[in-house]
Amino acid sequence: MPDSEPRLDRSSSDGAARFTLTGDWVARHARALERLAGTVPTGAPRVTIDVSRIGHLDTFGAWSVETLCQSARAAGIDPQVTGTARQNAAVLAQMHKTALRPPSAKATHRDTLAILEATGRSVFEAGADLLALLSLSGRVFSSFGLALKSPATLKTKSMIHHIDQVGVRAVPIVGLMTLLIGCIIAQQGFFHFAKFGATDYVVDLVAVLVLREIGVLLVTIMVAGRSGSAYAAEIGSMKMQEEIDALRTMGLDPVDVLILPRVLALVIALPMLTFVGVIAALYGAGLVAWIYGDVSPASYLAQLRDAVTYTDFEVGIIKAPVMALVIGIVACREGLRVEGSAAALGRRTTASVVKSIFLVIVLDGIFAILFSTLGM
Amino acid sequence: MRAVSLSPAICIQDLVSGFETDIVIDHLSLTVQRGEIIGLVGASGSGKTVLLRTMLGLLPKMSGSIEVLGENLASASREEARAVGARCGTMFQQGALFSSLNVRENIEYPMREYLDGSDRLFREIALAKLQMVGLDSADAEKFPAELSGGMTKRVALARALALDPELIFLDEPTSGLDPIAAGAFDALIRALHQTLNLTVFMITHDLNTLNSVCKRVAALYEGRIIADGSMATMQASEHPWVQAYFCGERGHSILSSLQDS
Ligand SMILES: Nc1ncnc2c1ncn2[C@@H]1O[C@H](COP(=O)(O)OP(=O)(O)O)[C@@H](O)[C@H]1O
Ligand SMILES: [Mg+2]
Repeated sequence: MPDSEPRLDRSSSDGAARFTLTGDWVARHARALERLAGTVPTGAPRVTIDVSRIGHLDTFGAWSVETLCQSARAAGIDPQVTGTARQNAAVLAQMHKTALRPPSAKATHRDTLAILEATGRSVFEAGADLLALLSLSGRVFSSFGLALKSPATLKTKSMIHHIDQVGVRAVPIVGLMTLLIGCIIAQQGFFHFAKFGATDYVVDLVAVLVLREIGVLLVTIMVAGRSGSAYAAEIGSMKMQEEIDALRTMGLDPVDVLILPRVLALVIALPMLTFVGVIAALYGAGLVAWIYGDVSPASYLAQLRDAVTYTDFEVGIIKAPVMALVIGIVACREGLRVEGSAAALGRRTTASVVKSIFLVIVLDGIFAILFSTLGM
Repeated sequence: MRAVSLSPAICIQDLVSGFETDIVIDHLSLTVQRGEIIGLVGASGSGKTVLLRTMLGLLPKMSGSIEVLGENLASASREEARAVGARCGTMFQQGALFSSLNVRENIEYPMREYLDGSDRLFREIALAKLQMVGLDSADAEKFPAELSGGMTKRVALARALALDPELIFLDEPTSGLDPIAAGAFDALIRALHQTLNLTVFMITHDLNTLNSVCKRVAALYEGRIIADGSMATMQASEHPWVQAYFCGERGHSILSSLQDS
């Protein structure tokens, strides 16, 4: 093991400086080497660098010797390396050949103008983003149209696989979460409405809220986090491995093969999950009503029947396939945008979740306006 | 002046390794001395990469012992394993560059992990290594996704050499390179072996590389080393697979033309 500290001893004889290098000039002594490499001979026209007594030498050591020479030259002193052992000659020569000038780092400006520019860019990017989403939606629809014309081209197997992944396997967690939310809403209702003696309306509150809004919104957000991210990561890593390009060169359209089955699977699975979620939430609310609010199951059911109409259910469930479409398309598009690095994959996956949740909530607002205009 | 009384660079005894379903390496023994350049050959899928991954401790072995630079990695502490890691360099078959770092940062990465030094030192050494493997410092700021296959291999080699290791593992370094680049690669390995006194463990299919770089060749067949020695020993081997490999049409024409010249 090369273990002795590198040393540089100065001496001078008849007007010439002499550096004698000893010890091991290797990577593990990088800090010391760097210090030694900064030594500049003074007051002599020539300097002899004697490397004959170096123990071990590697590229780091050779770099130091070369740097010594360069700084001597920069000071107008002529360096001369002597006593190069045979096994060290090549590495010293190699380092001598290497231009040690680093490329100049690009200066980065960070002033107000740059901030304005970045803002402007991101606004334009947001616009372009929306257009690209619409364009991908168009391609998905046209691919769907083709699949309707000749159903054999639809990748049914893949679609069923994805229905299993995003739908069936999500049932336990979706059921559990919505059950808990149902419980919480009911409990809060009983607690606060009791102050006004309005506990009779708790069931109305829960039923309308769950059927029209909370059920579908909660399930959609969970699916965006759970399955949207999975879609983006799957397609993104396929993009990185050139699998998408391989499909293209086989004359296959990734929209037909990868995206349509995934989007369709979501469009089919999400309404079902919403249904499961709504039932679980109502069940949870019923439990709380029974245990905490002293409403027997029979009377809970009777109140429920009076409180809601079929329209309330419709308003909730109609939104589900549209939301599914948004999640699916946003996720697949973000996946297709992955380029190069693992970090990009992470960024795109995050973006797919953030964007789809944002769009889902905006859409929910638009639906609210639409339904109130329609009197639903 | 290098210390000579050293343990072998690699000492494998009775190694069994593989996957649940099948045993790939079957009671294999192999010793590599310091300063050797050994080339491992074997059919595609014969388990060369599996052997390498087991040696590096990336794949658990089923039985047997492996010592790398005198250290048994299976029983080594974290500290000891780290120390061995600093003394070995590995170049994976697919390069395995960190995709979120650029070329220079990839080469600097092991230095930053293991060494104490300034940014300037690391940058200059990284650029020097880059030039050593025949790339331009203009390529230093490119990201792995922007490199060609051959460039990726070179950067991977530069990263494997970052710490001036004593032992370097190369998995098919010249596959996928044009003959000129492959020849340059061979010359590079030879030069590095001389300058840095490297021990090189190389998996390769390239008969030219084997002939011009490797003093010793080992052939892996059905999980064992069936032939081990110089190229002459290989050609003299009785084993039908080795015969086919080294004395087949391609092997023969290359080797005879090299001997003629
Ligand atoms: N992760 C893995 N799981 C199961 N089998 C594997 C795995 N990796 C490799 N194998 C099998 O081990 C054998 C040896 O593979 P490998 O060492 O990669 O071959 P090569 O000699 O071409 O490098 C092959 O039969 C391969 O199918
Ligand atoms: Mg392999």
